[in-house]
Amino acid sequence: MTGLAQALLPSAEPVRFLTDEGAVAKGRHRHPVPDPGLLRRAYRAMVVGRRFDAQATALTKQGRLAVYPSSHGQEACQVGSVLVLSEGDWFFPTYRESVALVTRGIDPVEVLSLLRGDAHCGYDPVRHHVAPQCTPLATQSVHAAGLAYAERRVGTGRVALVCVGDGATSEGDFHEALNFAAVFKAPVVFLVQNNHYAISVPLERQTAAPSLAYKGIGYGVPSERVDGNDPVAVLAVLTSAVEHARSGQGPYLVEAHTYRLESHTNADDASRYRTDDEAEKWRRRDPIARLARYLRRRGHLTDADTAAWSAEAEELAADLRARMNADPELAPLGMFDHVYSAPTPQLTEQREVLRVELSAERAADEAEEALT
Amino acid sequence: MITMAQALNAALGDAMAEDEQVVVFGEDVGALGGVFRITDGLTAKYGEDRCFDTPLAESGIVGFAVGMAMGGFRPVVEMQFDAFAYPAFEQIASHVAKTRNRTRGRVGLPLVIRIPYGGGIGGVEHHCDSSEAYYAHTPGLKVVTPATVQDAYSLLREAIDDPDPVVFMEPKKLYWSKADIGRLARTEPFGRAAVRRAGSDATLIAYGPSVPVALETAEAATQEGWDLEVIDLRTIVPFDDATVTASVRRTGRCVVVGEAAGFAGVGAEIAARVQERCFHSLAAPVLRVTGFDVPYPPPMLEHHHLPSVDRILDTLDRLQRDDLPDTRFLALGGAA
Repeated sequence: MTGLAQALLPSAEPVRFLTDEGAVAKGRHRHPVPDPGLLRRAYRAMVVGRRFDAQATALTKQGRLAVYPSSHGQEACQVGSVLVLSEGDWFFPTYRESVALVTRGIDPVEVLSLLRGDAHCGYDPVRHHVAPQCTPLATQSVHAAGLAYAERRVGTGRVALVCVGDGATSEGDFHEALNFAAVFKAPVVFLVQNNHYAISVPLERQTAAPSLAYKGIGYGVPSERVDGNDPVAVLAVLTSAVEHARSGQGPYLVEAHTYRLESHTNADDASRYRTDDEAEKWRRRDPIARLARYLRRRGHLTDADTAAWSAEAEELAADLRARMNADPELAPLGMFDHVYSAPTPQLTEQREVLRVELSAERAADEAEEALT
Repeated sequence: MITMAQALNAALGDAMAEDEQVVVFGEDVGALGGVFRITDGLTAKYGEDRCFDTPLAESGIVGFAVGMAMGGFRPVVEMQFDAFAYPAFEQIASHVAKTRNRTRGRVGLPLVIRIPYGGGIGGVEHHCDSSEAYYAHTPGLKVVTPATVQDAYSLLREAIDDPDPVVFMEPKKLYWSKADIGRLARTEPFGRAAVRRAGSDATLIAYGPSVPVALETAEAATQEGWDLEVIDLRTIVPFDDATVTASVRRTGRCVVVGEAAGFAGVGAEIAARVQERCFHSLAAPVLRVTGFDVPYPPPMLEHHHLPSVDRILDTLDRLQRDDLPDTRFLALGGAA
């Protein structure tokens, strides 16, 4: 293999800075260790994010969300993918990135609009530089490549980071995105959160490649793989990837090995396709516990910190509960808005049909109330 | 004299000269100028940043355009042939069409997807599809198709300036049609059909490649005493109900002409709209002359498939001018 091709390949083993227990792992790395300030921010965001995730799961069981895909266990990737970006950089999430979006600073209620079902996208993508959560698989990777290329053309210095899962690496758009990004030197980072299952289908059925990170080499995209439950390593590798993109060298692919501790969504039953033993093994590699141990040993995390951040997480959960337990204000006629920049005559007619129906319903409700 | 291909080329060039955000990309659009030469000379004149070749991947092309549009550009992408646009269908249906609505107006996608479509050029399999119904059925897309050289220029300029995504369907058969036009100009906005021939006995409704066939039919039909009105839709979406309805209410008879397979097609939609709005003015059922419901046939057979002047003339006979019932549907007891 030529040196050039060799340079595109990931490390032989996933990059890890921490052992499963949170001690410093042996080995040398080509990625610098993140500074303690960034690690502390990541810790705090993971604590808050996990509480948010648990609250969203509970709200789903109470019928307040139509569906919720949990990222419990994947917090290092959720938080790391956002914290390595600047404010102007673009983030392209899937439906599983709710914790990442909360970390980005988006109102948690706006994050959950899609899953509650009152709007397809609750937040303003332009304000946050966050694309709508994508439910088709890998389609947003091509958008990320195009937008990153546009930013490079304008010379803003901004990059894009796009999240996909292991299953989405089998989709054509993932490959077309890698190829376009490489050919046009688009500053985009592809983060594959390999949580080992695409709903129920295990990784072995997605690929025969030694690693999903190998999918970069065919397109000339440098790739790395990382222990996705090691927050230090995730932040280190993603920081390198973003710097690579921002410096004009084009795209970068990162595969993070992680695990979805919950089912695909509340509608799924993981016991049909995987064992408790397997999940238990990953539970012991908890990213929050590992980072806590690392930071405490270095004196970067105190009891006061953990108490304050736990309280912050509880506050967020309580606020989320209260606001999600109130029925959302619905505006049915709004479905006709923004189909086009201006309504067609046909849409105006159809809007009127619904408007008349709604006022008849309202009148009937009022009449019924008057009787009782 | 100028061809439709040249008019489209001029529209792209003029739009690029006026607005630096307009970028043109796709397969073979650079040095070659596109397989139909619609982008001829644009790279040489405006540079490789403005008109460029891409990898051969239609979903990638459209998805990349979505990203560039989010980043402030106005991409105009070329799909090489109708059937080769199908790999991009998910991008078009799930993202191009829905992004403005999904984001409640915060993200618009001002992009144009140019698709050469239709038959009549002796093309082999997968090069002659009439795919307009797929796009017209998808809310959020505008679907436009010119039938004249002047409209090719005007509608493409409108499409590029439009804040919404436009699927711009170019009738290949008419690429080499010519017109003597002093100066190419922008004429009507989207949503206005054109009455190409005024008449009083029946209305022929057509778009794109079928408009010249309808006009030729109208001339031939004068021999049989028919004075036909011919409407060119220009934009399938938005649809001009007003012009269509006014015409049919006046003539009382209507035939819809289109190359695409008839079942569940744009012609079916037009026929339904006409009978909903003109029922009490109609003296005969609304009829359609379309391609058969078969995969597009091999080039040596396509003339049997495409709506022809003769087939349209035969259809006029079923418009019950003599109050004789249509015998076509005898198996169902006639068109009773």
